[in-house]
Amino acid sequence: MATQEEIVAGLAEIVNEIAGIPTEDVKLDKSFTDDLDVDSLSMVEVVVAAEEQFGVKIPDDDVKNLKTVGDAADYILKAQQV
Amino acid sequence: MSPTNHTVVVTGIGATTPLGGDSASTWEALLAGRSGVRPLEQDWAAELPVRIAAQIAVEPGEVLPRPLARKLDRSAQFALIAAREAWADAGFTAKAGEDPAVDPDRLGAVVASGIGGVTTLLGQYDVLKNQGVRKVSPHTVPMLMPNSPSANVGIDINARAGVHTPVSACASGAEAIGYAVEMIRTGRADVVVAGGTEAAIHPLPIVAFGNMMAMSKNNDDPQGASRPYDAGRDGFVLGEGAGVVVLESVEHARARGARVYAEVVGQGISADAHHITQPEPTGRGIAAALQHLLDGSDLKPAEIVHVNAHATSTPQGDVAEIKALRRVFGDDVDHMAISATKSMTGHLLGGAGGIETVASVLALYHRIAPPTINLVERDPEADADIVGDKPRPLPEGTIAALNDSFGFGGHNVVLALRSFES
Repeated sequence: MATQEEIVAGLAEIVNEIAGIPTEDVKLDKSFTDDLDVDSLSMVEVVVAAEEQFGVKIPDDDVKNLKTVGDAADYILKAQQV
Repeated sequence: MSPTNHTVVVTGIGATTPLGGDSASTWEALLAGRSGVRPLEQDWAAELPVRIAAQIAVEPGEVLPRPLARKLDRSAQFALIAAREAWADAGFTAKAGEDPAVDPDRLGAVVASGIGGVTTLLGQYDVLKNQGVRKVSPHTVPMLMPNSPSANVGIDINARAGVHTPVSACASGAEAIGYAVEMIRTGRADVVVAGGTEAAIHPLPIVAFGNMMAMSKNNDDPQGASRPYDAGRDGFVLGEGAGVVVLESVEHARARGARVYAEVVGQGISADAHHITQPEPTGRGIAAALQHLLDGSDLKPAEIVHVNAHATSTPQGDVAEIKALRRVFGDDVDHMAISATKSMTGHLLGGAGGIETVASVLALYHRIAPPTINLVERDPEADADIVGDKPRPLPEGTIAALNDSFGFGGHNVVLALRSFES
């Protein structure tokens, strides 16, 4: 199971790939939409890539609650434990 | 002059083509008579009956930032590259509004494609079949929709007066430019970025065009395959790329001190109402478009010294166009240097009207008509002065050029450009 730190690092790689944002700028308090140039369509890509990388399921209804990198990291941490 | 009949001029040009990554390198290659046709070396091409195409000279992935490029179909990538070149070439330094020289509410974009995001459509269907529902890109719809190139260009330059996408197969690019001209002429906009783009080099379109017997199967001689007006022509060669111009009312161009390449004198449009793919063999429909052009503008046949012909290298189409020119202009055709640049670029379908407008503008501006390569034995039915394998100087004084584009469905669009004395 990945730690929160590993999850953030993984999300940083994904956001870098999709939105071109430097990995060091992807931090817990950053908003995907407002800070990281991830619009609602690109967020779907982030979610699908994260599901694959961390072996979790993130249902569409939950995606709207993932505003920040921290939200996503916490969600993935919990989902791993299910 | 009436406020609803503005003179329209060309103030910027841009292109990315099989001959070069911008308009300057494309123009240089056209004058040098270089062919952009090459063998298709992709694995999927090995078993196809047609294994040649005019592929882009500079891959868009080398030009656009990756996060942007991955959300755009190839056709929109080409359009954006050509539009950004044209925008900068027109002297604008930032998007409308940020550059105070152009008001976003007075700026339009009209960029057309004949087929739209066909490689995205087919590629994502492959993803669906092979990788499953979850892997289909959420960007698929905005990538494949045919208005995507126009919409993305409009967003990039902040065009709020209107963004449009006429679709008329291989006449689409010319129809887009004609639509843009009318937006300015009638006062809807001061500046419109307009042109055509196409990215259809994929096995399905190639096989489908090939099964129509529309494409050259001269796989052994790629550079000799596109041979408009030559007795040995056997079909078109598929090309890809985009050509875009910045059109502007002459008042707006003068007020900001813009360089003017040429005036757009007018356009003629008609439909064959004959057959879904075959050209009307006597050129009746094309002649009607040419007549509308003359009736609706102050263009004089004596001024026309150059025609960038549609001339795709198909047995029927090339001749029908010459017949139409003869029918309308009679002996005046004898002073028109006719160039078939598709001999070098291949046929860009909806992109053709874009890059050929760029070529026509540069021909007037530099007063030289590009060559028609591979013209070894002229078809006797092509009864006109076809520029051969060397470029031809054009005369001094006021000169005009026509740019013809015709599309499956029987769409005929003729644009007329004239040299501009500032």
